[in-house]
Amino acid sequence: MSRPILSVEHMTMRFGGLLAIDDLSFVAERGRITAIIGPNGAGKTTVFNCITGFYKPTTGRITLTHENGETFLLERLDDFRITHHAKVARTFQNIRLFGGMTVLENLMVAQHNMLMRASGFSLAAVFWPRGYRRKENEAVDLARYWLDKTGLLDRADEPAASLPYGAQRRLEIARAMCTRPVLLCLDEPAAGLNPRESAELNELLMSIRDDDGISILLIEHDMGVVMKISDHIVVLDYGRKIAEGTPQEVRNDPAVIAAYLGVADEEVEQVEQEVGGAS
Amino acid sequence: MSDTTATATTTATAAQGRRTPRRSLVAQALQESFFAGLLAAVLASFILGVKTVDAPGGLQLQYRWHWVLYAFAIVSVGRFLLILFWWRRDAKLPAVLGAASAGAGRAIAPLGKWVGLALVAFAFIFPFMPFTGRYELDIAILVLTYVLLGWGLNVVVGYAGLLDLGYVAFYAVGAYSYALLAKTFGLGFWTVLPLAGILAAIWGMILGFPVLRLRGDYLAIVTLAFGEIIRVVLLNWQSVTGGPDGITGIPRPTFFGLEFKRFGENTFHEFFGLEYSPMHRLYFLYFIILVLAMITFFVTNRLRRLPVGRAWEAMREDEIACRSLGINPTNTKLTAFAIGAFFGGLGGSFFATRQGFISPESFTFIESAIILAIVVLGGLGSQIGVAIAAIVMIGGFEVFRGLEEYRMLLFGLLMVVIMVWKPRGLVSTRMPTIFLGKEKKAISSDYVGEGSG
Repeated sequence: MSRPILSVEHMTMRFGGLLAIDDLSFVAERGRITAIIGPNGAGKTTVFNCITGFYKPTTGRITLTHENGETFLLERLDDFRITHHAKVARTFQNIRLFGGMTVLENLMVAQHNMLMRASGFSLAAVFWPRGYRRKENEAVDLARYWLDKTGLLDRADEPAASLPYGAQRRLEIARAMCTRPVLLCLDEPAAGLNPRESAELNELLMSIRDDDGISILLIEHDMGVVMKISDHIVVLDYGRKIAEGTPQEVRNDPAVIAAYLGVADEEVEQVEQEVGGAS
Repeated sequence: MSDTTATATTTATAAQGRRTPRRSLVAQALQESFFAGLLAAVLASFILGVKTVDAPGGLQLQYRWHWVLYAFAIVSVGRFLLILFWWRRDAKLPAVLGAASAGAGRAIAPLGKWVGLALVAFAFIFPFMPFTGRYELDIAILVLTYVLLGWGLNVVVGYAGLLDLGYVAFYAVGAYSYALLAKTFGLGFWTVLPLAGILAAIWGMILGFPVLRLRGDYLAIVTLAFGEIIRVVLLNWQSVTGGPDGITGIPRPTFFGLEFKRFGENTFHEFFGLEYSPMHRLYFLYFIILVLAMITFFVTNRLRRLPVGRAWEAMREDEIACRSLGINPTNTKLTAFAIGAFFGGLGGSFFATRQGFISPESFTFIESAIILAIVVLGGLGSQIGVAIAAIVMIGGFEVFRGLEEYRMLLFGLLMVVIMVWKPRGLVSTRMPTIFLGKEKKAISSDYVGEGSG
């Protein structure tokens, strides 16, 4: 039995007096798509930022385990080291591409660490470019693979900022995949996509899980995406986990329904009793 | 900028036109330009109209009212023509000029490589042209020094997007490194040259560390301070740097041990059996700086296509995204500072050996400003643009020496005109570093970020 790829234990995050995440624990299984959902302001992106090192949690432990058993304590690593060593890649809620660089260049930047080593930290390759060329071609091949998969191959030489919105979202996923991650963290990948694009996104994510064997951690508002592709769902509200389980379980959970839809005043007490005061 | 103003004016004119339909455009233009001229005349009356002159018993005022009249005439006629031919909604001139400029740009873009090659070829035969005398060669050496410095600073400001106002500090470190090492230890120019570069690069990293967290304006202020600190240290550390007296008698470079002197043991002209000429050394210096500049071009251009160069540009576009891709921002910024400083140090070494004398006077803030102006006017990140800007700025500055104090005015005007006409510099497009397809297309400056730290 393989150990879960990511386990978050008793994580708490405070911003001054604001308790953004309150004693959150969950695990993400290897080779699965785990989704974190919750109403606006529930703390989903904060969880993401803690996992990817952009914030340091106030307390708690985040363990990432590679297939060979090597473990990383993510709360102790710098953000860029998490990507480099622990192999966790992420995308952003508001797309962050290198707009003035071409699509292909974006994907080459993602392979920076591998290419830096191959080029002798770039200084050696100024005068002896031969060995580096081969590695660069490999990097281009990987980029081509992901461009093909995200349907951007014919736009490879265009500036990233000139792509339409949906293509930019896909490019950001392709870029994250070019860092060769074991865990891909997607922050609302379907935001702003039309129904057709979000169906394509579903295909892409399932293919990343099944064909490339990459585990995915997902924040999403679009329930069409979440319910269709997630294997496991964690529901947050006001920084606390109020439910978790398969899509089916979560969908019927009264606490989740209360958090999302709200309840009539007379029902509040009744629901709170059922839920045990979770909301 | 100019477009917005133009549109605003046209709309205003059009709106007025609707309210008073009987007044023709010409009448309106006349009125507007009269008031613009009046405004200019009021301003000019203090600046141009009155002059203080030395007179027995103190200063006296001299009145030059005809100058005010000129100012009035220039501004009102200029505005009148602008209204009639430029700002009108149906004006054809801007469209024609815009199309011509865009067309020329498209025509020149594929020739970029050839233009560059032609410039290099010309640079190599330049000293032997019939019109090249001592004076021209001197200016060419100066221009090439600034081309080198511009390319060096371009790494920091253009590629990495880190606004560095203290670049002259590294130029100074290079110059003093050569002067001190050569005079104290008797090391030759060619030994010290790389050492000076490395010392400057180390100083680049020392500056880099404290400013890593700063961005934009704050970064600019700290680098400015750093430039001043170096200068003040050079000025006050009398025992080592000679203070304000500077260092004299800095050894000249030798050609494989052969010196460029009239008399001596191993002289260049005796070895080659030539008549002595002071021009030999000048030719030699010219080729040294030309080769150094070529090396700078080659290395910086190559680095841009390598992972570290791509990381610099990515850092300029979006630092947070870089971190999410596993790029170490500290190392990336420090290498940019170090590489930029390295070439600054080479330039400084050359400056010291060319002048034979250095003092803190040569490393004031205005030098940083000139180099930065070259990079910005040439187009951030564009090497050919930087070279052209250096030729125009430094060469032009020398050519117009005859205009005396007015040349500063002329240069201010030139900079304003370039920035209005091409806000992103002469060559504002960015060439991608790698292509998947055959077609090599430049990226419009609209997409390219300027960096904010």
